[in-house]
Amino acid sequence: MPNMQQNKTPVAEQEPAVRARNFAEVTKCYTPDEAVNEAERCLNCPNHPCMTGCPVSVRIPEFLSKIRERKFAEAYGIIRATNSLPAVSGRVCPQERQCESKCVRGMKGEPVAIGRLERFCADYAMNHPEEIAAAKKPEPNGHRVAIIGGGPAGLTCAGDLAAKGYEVTVYEAFHTAGGVLMYGIPEFRLPKAIVQKEIDGLKAMGVNIMTNMVVGRVISVDEIIAGGCEAVFIGSGAGLPRFMGIEGEDLVGVYSANEYLTRINLMKAYLDEYDTPIRRSKNVAVIGGGNVAMDAARSALRLGAEKVYIIYRRSMEELPARREEVHHAQEEGVEFLLLTNPKRIIGEDSVTAIECVKMELGEPDASGRRSPREVAGSNFMLEVDTVIMALGTSPNPLIGRTTKGIETDRRGCLVVNEETNQTTKEGVYAGGDAVTGAATVILAMGAGKKAAAAIDEYLKKDKR
Amino acid sequence: MYKILKRKQLNENIVLMEIEAPYIANKAKAGQFIIYRVDEYGERVPLTIADYDRVRGSITIIFQTIGGSTKKLAALNEGDSILDVVGPLGTATEYGGAKRVAVVGGGVGCAIAYPQAKALFNAGAEVDLIAGFRDKSIIILEDEMKAVCTDFHLCTDDGSAGYHGFVTNKLKELIEGGKKFDLVIAIGPVPMMKFVCKTTEPYAIKTLVSLNPIMIDGTGMCGGCRVRVGGELKYACVDGPDFDGHMVDFDELMKRNATYREQEKSHVCRITGGVRNA
Repeated sequence: MPNMQQNKTPVAEQEPAVRARNFAEVTKCYTPDEAVNEAERCLNCPNHPCMTGCPVSVRIPEFLSKIRERKFAEAYGIIRATNSLPAVSGRVCPQERQCESKCVRGMKGEPVAIGRLERFCADYAMNHPEEIAAAKKPEPNGHRVAIIGGGPAGLTCAGDLAAKGYEVTVYEAFHTAGGVLMYGIPEFRLPKAIVQKEIDGLKAMGVNIMTNMVVGRVISVDEIIAGGCEAVFIGSGAGLPRFMGIEGEDLVGVYSANEYLTRINLMKAYLDEYDTPIRRSKNVAVIGGGNVAMDAARSALRLGAEKVYIIYRRSMEELPARREEVHHAQEEGVEFLLLTNPKRIIGEDSVTAIECVKMELGEPDASGRRSPREVAGSNFMLEVDTVIMALGTSPNPLIGRTTKGIETDRRGCLVVNEETNQTTKEGVYAGGDAVTGAATVILAMGAGKKAAAAIDEYLKKDKR
Repeated sequence: MYKILKRKQLNENIVLMEIEAPYIANKAKAGQFIIYRVDEYGERVPLTIADYDRVRGSITIIFQTIGGSTKKLAALNEGDSILDVVGPLGTATEYGGAKRVAVVGGGVGCAIAYPQAKALFNAGAEVDLIAGFRDKSIIILEDEMKAVCTDFHLCTDDGSAGYHGFVTNKLKELIEGGKKFDLVIAIGPVPMMKFVCKTTEPYAIKTLVSLNPIMIDGTGMCGGCRVRVGGELKYACVDGPDFDGHMVDFDELMKRNATYREQEKSHVCRITGGVRNA
């Protein structure tokens, strides 16, 4: 009999007041007993609705049944068969909009905590390497593939291709691979040691990672192909941050979320022994309502800010961040100013305040979204010394500008065939934020996976 | 790891290093830059490429020790290695077929004025190289610069060597004296570049400047290096670092470059804030 407990098995978390001042991981891992208890809530539906919600098609009911049998290493093996980075996705996927949204248990009570269970298996595997069959280096198949960008899309594509025997080289622009997992998502949500272990796992499979290689500058896609790579996957990720174009954005103390988070996460500016500086703010306004905005707001608190505001022009219902992040941010004391929009940033040299206006939602437009409009005369001032713009990014412009035959759309996103993720250039595939504009880690991973399958098809056909 | 093949102290505060970096050497062009990270704890610091040798597979950087990150770099010796060097970043300088050019360098900026003059001079342009220093004791690359220009004008603020006065005075004299420049390139401290642009503006001489904003990734991701050029938002790492100097908002750049000045005072190893030293 399944466990008919209505709610998810609770998971231990750091106390909000404590964690809001440190960078240690907020959510702890299920204990084996908790994991088994939670896995027993699964009804094992014959048609596996949960799997239809997973961009990388993890065989969810199967791994849950292995947890119930306490065969945790085997459960991990099932996840790992379709997901190259389970420790990452278990922590950062918006499960409430994916697998868990399809869970039958969610119709009455809470869905099965699939995300927490995935993370449990991944952490178990990391802590019990002796139980995990060492990743076998597959027989080389004699084909070479280049991956541009070592973020979630590129690493997933690299992992899937390496498992099929391809010789894979990842060209990474930064000094370390990981992409947004390293520079964007903070330590308290995704410890960097975990990301590094996932990357080391790929290296053990034979994936070659070249750091400090900015494709488009030091080498071009065409040169990579001329050098003997038969296919290329572009996962170059997020590019230039967006600003609002309002007065005062040039003031000292106005950051893009990319810069703020990169200083903290990649450059470790929050640790004294690291040289990169970061502003120690008192009152911070973060503009935007996505996961990046939540990460920036919660990081600001951890750097010692007294007041941190999220300013978002629509209401909580439209706010795009993962529910858990919103909940955690609220618990930690981030103040949400919803239906609010900035008008201008005020200061002499440095930011001293931000002027905002109240918004209301109008009728749904053609896209079905209710567009916000200003409430006349509702302007007000907020005293802040730092403003962080988390308004999304446009894709990295370097590759599009420097590769012949690759088309981009008017937003600068690489144009791909939706079936195969092939760009307008034969043998060159792309996925992740470079194609979609700012989106999620798991969608990038899904794209990397799809492209890996398509590259395999393409090169097999070529061989015949 | 990137090995230091040569280290030379050019003056009390300015150091030249030749670094083994074959990929970068193979692609580098005048005007482009690299970003280095000395060690695991280091900042990512941008520095303009002063020279490159495709055969030796090396690049040369010349930098002034003004803060923790450059001091850390300067402390390394020949045979030591730098943890990370990435480049060439930014776009190469576009000379637009200029035939009569004034290249103006200020202080350590001469390290970059030199390769610009060399590229132009070797391409057959007539080059006036104006090199400005505070005083005689800090002059660098004098012989090298003399060899790559038609006329060399050494200036010192105190008159201890060469022309007594600022580079802008010398430039104005040359223009007033009948030199018909079709391009001026200015590289040095932001105030110097600002005043070179003010000098050339009345004569409508196209003036390129090489900007040095705060920067982290250098690939068009962080947005830290945003500058206002002709009222538009530009990113020095992908759109620059060269810009039309008559369009640049220098005051904003100076303001933003001072972002971490307070922290620089309080934390000795956090001095440059990623500010490019060239």
